[in-house]
Order: sequence, then C-alpha cells, then structure tokens
Amino acid sequence: MATQPEVQAALSRRYDAGFVTDIETHSLPPGLDEDTIRALSALKEEPEWMTEWRLAAYRHWLTMKHPNWAHVKLGPIDFQAISYYSAPKNKPKSLDEVDPKLLETYDKLGVPLHERAKLAGVAVDAVFDSVSVANTAREQLAKVGVIFCSMSEAVREHGGLVRKYLGSVVPQGDNFFAALNSAVFSDGSFVFIPKGVRCPMELSTYFRINAGHTGQFERTLIIAEEDSVVSYLEGCTAPMRDDNQLHAAVVELVALERASIKYSTVQNWYPGDENGKGGIYNFVTKRGECRGDDSRITWTQVETGSAITWKYPSCVLRGDRSVGEFHSVALTHHYQQADTGTKMIHIGRDTKSKIVSKGISAGRSQNSYRGLVKVEKGAANARNHTRCDSILIGKQCGSHTFPYMEIKNPTAIVEHEATTSKISDDQMFYCRSRGISEEDAVSLIVDGFCKQVFRELPMEFAVEAKKLLEVSLEGAIG
Amino acid sequence: MLTIHNLHARIAGKEILKGLSLEVKPGEVHAIMGPNGAGKSTLGNVLAGRPGYEVTQGSVLFDGKNLLELEPEARAAAGLFLAFQYPVEIPGVNNTYFLRAALNAQRKARGEQELDSMQFLKLVREKVKEMGMTPELLNRAVNEGFSGGEKKRNEVFQMALLEPRLAVLDETDSGLDIDALKRVAAGVNSLRSPQRAFLVITHYQRLLDYIVPDFVHVLADGRIVESGDAQLARELEAHGYAWVRERTPVEASA
Repeated sequence: MATQPEVQAALSRRYDAGFVTDIETHSLPPGLDEDTIRALSALKEEPEWMTEWRLAAYRHWLTMKHPNWAHVKLGPIDFQAISYYSAPKNKPKSLDEVDPKLLETYDKLGVPLHERAKLAGVAVDAVFDSVSVANTAREQLAKVGVIFCSMSEAVREHGGLVRKYLGSVVPQGDNFFAALNSAVFSDGSFVFIPKGVRCPMELSTYFRINAGHTGQFERTLIIAEEDSVVSYLEGCTAPMRDDNQLHAAVVELVALERASIKYSTVQNWYPGDENGKGGIYNFVTKRGECRGDDSRITWTQVETGSAITWKYPSCVLRGDRSVGEFHSVALTHHYQQADTGTKMIHIGRDTKSKIVSKGISAGRSQNSYRGLVKVEKGAANARNHTRCDSILIGKQCGSHTFPYMEIKNPTAIVEHEATTSKISDDQMFYCRSRGISEEDAVSLIVDGFCKQVFRELPMEFAVEAKKLLEVSLEGAIG
Repeated sequence: MLTIHNLHARIAGKEILKGLSLEVKPGEVHAIMGPNGAGKSTLGNVLAGRPGYEVTQGSVLFDGKNLLELEPEARAAAGLFLAFQYPVEIPGVNNTYFLRAALNAQRKARGEQELDSMQFLKLVREKVKEMGMTPELLNRAVNEGFSGGEKKRNEVFQMALLEPRLAVLDETDSGLDIDALKRVAAGVNSLRSPQRAFLVITHYQRLLDYIVPDFVHVLADGRIVESGDAQLARELEAHGYAWVRERTPVEASA
C-alpha cells in the first residue's frame, strides 16, 4: 500500500493531540432507563422538548413487545447490555491493525484509502481532504437554502423544523424498534430542501461522515418542500465491523406538493462469518410520505450485508396523483437472513406505485420478500404493479414471498408478478464454454438479473453495487 | 490438431459413445452426420466439457494437450468453440458485454493483453461488418427474445469474434429457414482458413450444400461407421441412414 506512511503520519499526529481520552469520556455505561436518556440528551446539548420527546418514546417502548412475525430466527436481545452512547471502543490505531481480510475487500471495491480508514473505524477523519470537500459542499448548498447537517446539529440549530416534522411519518410508538430508536437515537442526517429548489448535487452520507460518528440508532429526516427535488445516497459500500450487534435506524421522508425525493441505499454492514457467527441485526424503519399532490418518492436499495435484515421502506401516498416506487436487490449468503420489502399505502386519488424486488439467495441463507399494497376507500383509480423475482444459488438456501393486498376501492388495479428460478446449469455451461470462469459467470448472471434495479441507482453507486455483489458472492459456487 | 481415439462416454449411466475415433487437421471441415440418437450432440458436449457427460474410455488430444483434463473455460481459451444447438438466454446481460467478458477471459488465460473498451468496440465494429451481423442484436441481452435464426447467427458471430482454432457446430442448421441457413453458412464459410478446423454436426445434408465439407463421417450407435467426402452426404440424402446400416452392419455386441 503506497500511501501507508501518509496514513501513519496522519494517525500519529492525531494521537499526539490526545483526542482519544477525550472521546472515551463521552461514553455511557451499558444499560437503559430514563436517566440514561436524560444523560444522552444532555451530552448532546438538546433542548427540553427533545428530551421529553425521547422520554415519551421510551415510556411507550416499555409497553411494547419484541415482534416475532418476520421470517427470521434470532435469539433474545439484551437491551440492558447495550451502551446507548459510545464512541467506538477498541478503535484500531492504524490500518495495520485492521483485519487484512477486510482491507482486501475494500481493495476489491476500490474504496479510496481515506474512506477505507474511516470505514474500518480508524480515527483519521479530521486530517484528510474530505473535510474540505464537506465544507465546500455545505457552502454551495447554503447558497440555495438547502440544509444538510447531522441530526444533532439540526436539533440545536433548526429546532423548529425538526419539531414540526420529526415523528410525523414514523410516530414514536410506530413499532418496537422505531420506539426504541425514538428514545435513544444517536445521530443521523437532516435534509431540508426549500420550496422550488432543485438540490444542486447528490447528497451523500460521505459528505458528512466526519460530522460525528453515526451510531447504531440513526435517525434521518428529509423534508422536500413544494416543487423541490432531491436525491440522497446513504450507506457505505464496505463492510463495517462493529462491537454492537443491533442497528435500529429510522428514516422519515416528507414530500410536499410536486416535490420529488429519491433515496438510494447500498447496505453492506458486517454479515457475520461463513459459519453465521457475528454480524449486524439491521432492523430499520424507513417510510416516506407523499404528503402533497403530485409528489413522488423513490426508494432504491441494494442490501448485501447484515446477519439479519428487517426493513420495509414504504410510501404513504396521501397526495392525489402521487407516486411511490421501490426498487430492491437483496442478496443473502452463508447464514444471512433477510426479510425485506415495502408497503405502498394508497390514500389519495389516482395514486400510483411500482415495486421491483430482486432476491438472490446463496449458501444456507434465507431471503424473504414481504410487501403490502393497501388501497384505501378514497383512493380512486389507484394503480400498483409489483414484480418480484428471486434466484437461488445452490441447494441449501431459501427464498420466500409474502405479498399482502388490502383493497378497499373497486376502481383499483393491482398486479403482482413473481418468479423464482435457479441459475441454470445450461447458463453456467454456456458462459464457461465461452471462456468465462464459474465465479465470473455467476456474477455476470446475477448482475443481469439485477439490471432493472441497478439502472435506478446513480451512476457511481451502480458500479459499486455491482462490485459489491461480486464480492458478496465469492465462494457461492462449489 | 484434434485426435479422438476410441472415445467412450455416457450420460446418466447410459453409454452413448462407444469407441469413436477421429482425426482432424488444421484447415479441414469435417461433417458428422447420423440418425437421431447416434451420439452426434454427445460428441460436441463431451468435447466442450459439459458437466454430466462421463468419459469412461479413450482419449482426446487437442493440439497435443489432453483435452479431457481441462475445465470447459480452459478448453475455450485453448481455442475450442461449441456453437450450441439451443443457445441459452441470459436475461439482463448485454450481448456485447458478454462477448467482451468472454474474449478477455480467454485472452487473460492465454497470457495475452486484455482489450479495453475502445479496442473491443473497434473489433466488434469490424466483425459486424464482415459477418453482416445486425448491430441491434448486440445491444440486447444475450439471446433473450431472439428468434431461432437470430440465436444461431449470434453463435456464429461469437465464433467470429473469439476466433477459435476448432469450431464445433452442433446442428446449427436446425430450425432455420433457407434464408437464415444461407446467412449462417456464409458466416461460417468466411471463417474458413488454413489454420482453423470445423466439426459440423448435422442431421441433414442440406447444410452441406452451403458449407462444403472435406470429409463426411456417418455416426451410428456411438461410432463412426463410414467416412468419405461430400459425395457421401449426397448419397445419404438419397438413400437414408438405413442404407448405411445395411452396408456396414453394427455388431450386436458393440
């Protein structure tokens, strides 16, 4: 690695400054009660209303039970064993201390060196170019009135907006994990696009990765006012080792009249090892509301990581003629379990939704699509089209489809298409007889299978997503 | 170039090839004819290394190498090409992209420089012109929604681009109307060269009116029972396969 000395230099500078002890003191001991929440809120210098909001969520959470309807197997989670505010401990001090296997993966993904260091949890963020990048972006955004900052900052600086919209799409008591998140969320992104503004750049978490270590309980809120347009990219494209197992995020999107929000995710949290040991439980509530007429929300996700993924990015189509879309690729390998899909709730007239789900299962993994299409009484002429394809690699994996439909308006047209296939021996032999190795043939076929979804991703993401699938599928054959 | 000696092969426990021997030299075009179930397609599949075909006896040397030891992709890199009787559809995978992946995989295996997208595009344009290929087919997914004729033309186009040393055409004429047949044959003829050999597997003589072979072999019950020149194919057409069986009775115990 040519730039290794550069990293070393940067690191030693940082440690000279003695930042580490500083960070350590900001951790809270494991455990959860009202005092923990008050302490957390105080550490984040939050206003009183925010503390109360968290406490209300916590009290509600106490009355709720851990849900068990998903098609996943998991043991009980000890919520008292988790530290709810902690700077990452055991941070590797340099890239030398990072698992070489992890670095190899970054290499294959082509993640730039300074990103690698960040993703591996090496404390180098402040020294690299990304800081200036972030600042330039911020200035440019501020000129057109776009607010893009961490949720903590938004709570302090833009309290009015946060208070108005936070929990308006995913209420505090929405579900067990959303309630927990509402009580203890650590950080996340806040985006506000004012009336009539087309956001001048793709907003990405890369830009504000240095704004604070986003924890296991992220909270993201995106508000697009009338006639505005925004595209938001989330996630890192490389695996992230984490001491904590639970990741329970909440994402809320609000689109007002004629606004358009495009939210793209590439999720590759640590999936556990080949034997199903370790890995992240990714229990996420993502919901967008097309609150205004003629608004549009598009979710695109590529899910390859996590031991268990449990998420259903949804659209509430409240405004007339609003449109919701969901494009998903979910890949599971080894012992991974994914139960993912979407909910499309048609409330307004002439609302439209489109669902494209591609599931890929390999190893001993279980991959489920779960989707709800609901057409309320007033949603005249609602239209939905669902396409749900899965592909199986090997003989020990499972693929499942759980479509739900609740139609209360007779003028609705709802279509559901589903296919399950295996990568055929014929396809494999055809590729190999042309000189393509088995492993490359699988990537090629899977890439083709996902084409329809990859097309929805911004260009660079599409390239990364493709590479990610290749890496994730390594060893799937033979 | 290709020396097949006493080849025995079976699939799902059933013996199909029962002692097939054949010698192919560079520049030659050999036609393999025979009735249904004689083992024609099995020969092509065994040569290309399709999983499920088990060689129980005999040997196949390709340019001095033991072909049977190689993985299918290594056989391709060594210069063997099988034009499929039923080309497979690969949804979502762009045809041009597939070709580039194939060509570069082969070049890499041979220790040659891989082609970048510009070089590859240039090569494709040349071949499109040479082969009279419909460019539109290259922008679609591999064989997806192609007509029978388009699939076969695509096979021949792949062959033109991959430039194999030995091409095995497995019933490339099946399911083609006369115009498509002529186009495919013209494509194959344009690829004939002193360095390249062809093994043309066909059920009908019709194809051999357009691809004139140097040798014709009749395959019956897993072995070559008669060999000759193009004239043999015409006699077969006139008399039917029963005629061969009468002339060279297959031993019952074979």
